[in-house]
Amino acid sequence: MKIYFRGLILFLLLLLIWQGIVWLFHLPAYILPSPFNVAEVFYQQPHLLLHQSIPTLIATILGFSLGTFFGLFAAIIVCLYKPVRNWLLPLLIVSQALPTFAIAPLLVIWFGYGLASKIIICVLMVFFPITSATYDGLRATPKAWLDLATIMGGNKRRKLWHLQLPAALPHFASGIRVASVYAPMGAIIGEWVGASSGLGYLMLNANARLQIDVVFATLIIILVFALVLYFIVDKLMAYLIPWQKIGSV
Amino acid sequence: MAWYLATLHNNYPCNNWPNLTILLKYACDCAILKQNSCLVMNHDIHIKGARLAFKDLVLFDQLNFSIQANHTTCILGPSGVGKSSLLRMLAGLEAHSTTISVKNHLSLKQQIAYMGQNDALLPWLSVLNNTLFGYILRRNLTKAYRQQAIDLLQQVGLKEVIHAKPQQLSGGMRQRVALVRTVMENKPVILLDEPFAALDAISKIKLQTLLAQLLRHRTICLVTHDPLEALRLGHFIYVMRGRPAHFAEVIKPQGEPPRAIDDTQLLQLEAKLLQQLTEAQASLT
Repeated sequence: MKIYFRGLILFLLLLLIWQGIVWLFHLPAYILPSPFNVAEVFYQQPHLLLHQSIPTLIATILGFSLGTFFGLFAAIIVCLYKPVRNWLLPLLIVSQALPTFAIAPLLVIWFGYGLASKIIICVLMVFFPITSATYDGLRATPKAWLDLATIMGGNKRRKLWHLQLPAALPHFASGIRVASVYAPMGAIIGEWVGASSGLGYLMLNANARLQIDVVFATLIIILVFALVLYFIVDKLMAYLIPWQKIGSV
Repeated sequence: MAWYLATLHNNYPCNNWPNLTILLKYACDCAILKQNSCLVMNHDIHIKGARLAFKDLVLFDQLNFSIQANHTTCILGPSGVGKSSLLRMLAGLEAHSTTISVKNHLSLKQQIAYMGQNDALLPWLSVLNNTLFGYILRRNLTKAYRQQAIDLLQQVGLKEVIHAKPQQLSGGMRQRVALVRTVMENKPVILLDEPFAALDAISKIKLQTLLAQLLRHRTICLVTHDPLEALRLGHFIYVMRGRPAHFAEVIKPQGEPPRAIDDTQLLQLEAKLLQQLTEAQASLT
């Protein structure tokens, strides 16, 4: 309960500072709208916001799920097959060295303005933290456990399934937490670069028309997305890994 | 079975007609055979000309060593002399080119169970499932094994916690779980690498007694730092010394393990062992 209380205090404090700045510098609404202006947007145009949230939400969830799946899959493959590791690892690192913003327009050209390019950008951002963390976890399985399993007659795959994967869960959890914050970002980047709907698209349009209050409303929705996703993932991981004492956030 | 009868003839004096005692003995052995088919077979282990080196550091070279079947062989020695490495070599965990022969000509790999200083209990499995981990791993878990594990856990006084997770247990309890897991593997040869090194004196003594009871008549190779532990449990005690390492003269305490801690011969032998260990320590530096 303490965490919710602290969150609420923090939220109110931020609102207060925001309002304070608006008052103090007499800023017009097209530079910095006050919290009331933004609340007005939520009140007056709920349909618009909801309507544009749905494509972003779908892209985020699909991208996050697919990215997690690919990330986990890549980590297992890289761990199991040494030749694949030597070929795949550099490729994975290269995929991260390319700035997402720079390749996003390319993806839009190749995959169109729809959902596909957003999901791909999202997957690109999400899978690497998961692969990297999970692979580390798989390798960090205590030697004593592996020795025991070897003597007990476990082959490589069974050791992976019964020993290394559960042992890597805490690492995987930290990877997926990072990924859960990246996922909405990936979807928004996709929409910024080129899309026909979504929160990023709405933001871009509103920005061009100096509807800064709409921009802020959109930003708040994105923040809530990211927070809720992180919260769900965090709780899920704590439930799945009861042996690891995770301090609450 | 023919093989079994042949060993009978070798072991027991008999005429052309088997007499009653042999038949009785046979019946008894069959009972053991049923319980644990591997116990009756002879699995003396012989290591000839063992060599283990890490780059320039030669731990041992041309080392000969035998482990007698159904007895407990203890290896003592100063840290870094290569005791654990020898044990790991036997367990097949250390790459080596030594021939290890077992008298029954079966691969040693399939006949061993191993227990280390680290209890290696898995935090996501319950105590019961930890003791059954070998069967879970090999996917041959049956209800009978499950019941056997429950019975063993009850025997070592852990009935109340079979569904608890290992991290809720004390060090001594964890080591008891690891011991039950080792027993559950039902292997004739047991390799123990300082299994109780991390425990307090009282838990240690209790666990030694338990170990001797649960693993009676198995072939045990126990690496330890504790002279008293070796004297309580061992039929044959070797001190490993020097670099490359070799073995000092064997010490054979009288009587069956677990020997009582107030056994006077143990105190005398302990003095002798400590002296051998001091010399061994000096031989390393």
